[in-house]
Amino acid sequence: MTTIAIPQGMPQYDDVPRFDVATVRADFPILDREINGHRLVYLDSANTSHKPRQVLDALAEHYARHNANVSRSVHTLGTEATEAYEGARAKIAAFINAPSADEVVFTKNSTEAINLVAYAFSNASARPDADPRFRLGPGDEIVISEMEHHSNIVPWQLLAERTGATLRWFPITDQGRLDESGLDDLVTERTKIVSLVHMSNILGTVNATARITARVREVGALLLLDCSQSVPHMPIDVVDYDADFIVFTGHKMCGPTGIGVLWGRGELLAVMPPVLGGGSMIETVTMARSTFAAPPARFEAGTPPIAEAVALGAAVDYLSGIGMRAIQWHEKELTAYALDALATVPELRIFGPNVPVGRGGTISFALGDVHPHDVGQVLDSLGVQVRVGHHCAKPVCTRFGVPAMTRASFYLYTTTEEIDALVAGLEQVRKVFG
Amino acid sequence: MQLDQLYQEIILDHYKHPHGRGLRDAEDPRAHVGEAHHVNPTCGDEITVRVATDGRVFTDISYDGMGCSISQASASVLHELLRGRSADDATVVHEAFVELMSGRGQVTPDEDVLGDGVAFAGVARYPARVKCALLSWMAFKDAAARAGVGVSPEVKA
Repeated sequence: MTTIAIPQGMPQYDDVPRFDVATVRADFPILDREINGHRLVYLDSANTSHKPRQVLDALAEHYARHNANVSRSVHTLGTEATEAYEGARAKIAAFINAPSADEVVFTKNSTEAINLVAYAFSNASARPDADPRFRLGPGDEIVISEMEHHSNIVPWQLLAERTGATLRWFPITDQGRLDESGLDDLVTERTKIVSLVHMSNILGTVNATARITARVREVGALLLLDCSQSVPHMPIDVVDYDADFIVFTGHKMCGPTGIGVLWGRGELLAVMPPVLGGGSMIETVTMARSTFAAPPARFEAGTPPIAEAVALGAAVDYLSGIGMRAIQWHEKELTAYALDALATVPELRIFGPNVPVGRGGTISFALGDVHPHDVGQVLDSLGVQVRVGHHCAKPVCTRFGVPAMTRASFYLYTTTEEIDALVAGLEQVRKVFG
Repeated sequence: MQLDQLYQEIILDHYKHPHGRGLRDAEDPRAHVGEAHHVNPTCGDEITVRVATDGRVFTDISYDGMGCSISQASASVLHELLRGRSADDATVVHEAFVELMSGRGQVTPDEDVLGDGVAFAGVARYPARVKCALLSWMAFKDAAARAGVGVSPEVKA
């Protein structure tokens, strides 16, 4: 065996931050469960992550001790709830290095966050005095990619229908990478927004955004990154990425369901028209018309998911305590291990990058001709929880000529033993359907 | 859970060696033909079922599709059970199959009526898979209606 010496002065292997996975696993009560008589092997974190006790406690504690509505009460509980809610916003802003907490808008999830931006375009397009960057009409173009989750396709299709703008997209290469070869023809002076997945929920590909960002700046368009699959798994710095908007969702990052985030550049949020109207988002209301609050309140009509936001703040504390670089490295090692292990399974075909570079810990595959539903069913009988189907990314399935895929996805609590259990389970699938 | 309750030998046989697969034109040009394409949006399974009838019996039931073992085996069993049957007979079988699949594993199937369809009794215990088993049967019902033959009252999948 040869060892490769890393030159002096370069980051050494041992410099990588690490954490004890067994200690982390002890924080997640659900990992003690048995499924069909087997130890739970949860390989579906790209779908939703599990929640550590710290987050569950924060949720219960909020309701038990501090429950009240936010931003409208002078009483003590109302003040505590407001402080907790706004405190969570500040934590999340710091987590993604947002210049201001006011740039963090709470939504229901990533889907709602993307729709919020799409509808802001729509509403601006109906108002001649709106900021021209948000006004769309025939001849204007929206650019997405073939790699998107349906939540980053359908809102733009609907926006194109409403405004007469044209939807265009980046294709995918055979290796499952974004095909940037047509970048200059695709992103042009006609482009108003590029909305791109940062990490694919199905292929695991992590897109390098620098070239695209440079081109977006050159043509004066806006850039939205769908970070639903990346914010939970790696350090994200919105200043460094130089995006205009990013979206992500709480439940994939150890937080509860029902809470998501739209981060937007302050000066853009400031000129965006409101989308949902109601309480909390106004400045003043008369019977004839209303004026609106500054962001983020302008985009948070009605009572928000308060406890969920607070618990998401606890999730961010939890992840930061372990360290996002450490989590990223842990998953990189798992991915390298899994790619090697899966390569030993006969007739297994991986969709997406087959090296642990420029990809995250989400691996989709086909096992011979066995339908993913059947793969998932046999694995479930062994306690192994994977996702099967089109993963809300049908165009990706179509691109690779299959109706569905089986997907295993990892997180900070995943172990190599669990990947071994997956590989053993796939042998069982082959026995049943061989 | 017992995996072999779900994947009975009969089901795997039909999956690996499907009967009557492939869409066919009606032999008799005067036949009424109806076709329906059904999709399971949660998993992307698809099936097209085509029926030909002389107004009395289903002279042919042909199908094509892609999907899991349960959905494809179920289409094969459907072809076996209902081809050559009258609309009334087909209704009895169709109702029995839907009842079996909706029964959460509490219905004892009658082999005289359902033939190889009894193998799907285990599937009824897996709510996530019931739709797979019913996909071709629901497409068949629509196809039959389009050919002018009503099969079975309203069913809830």
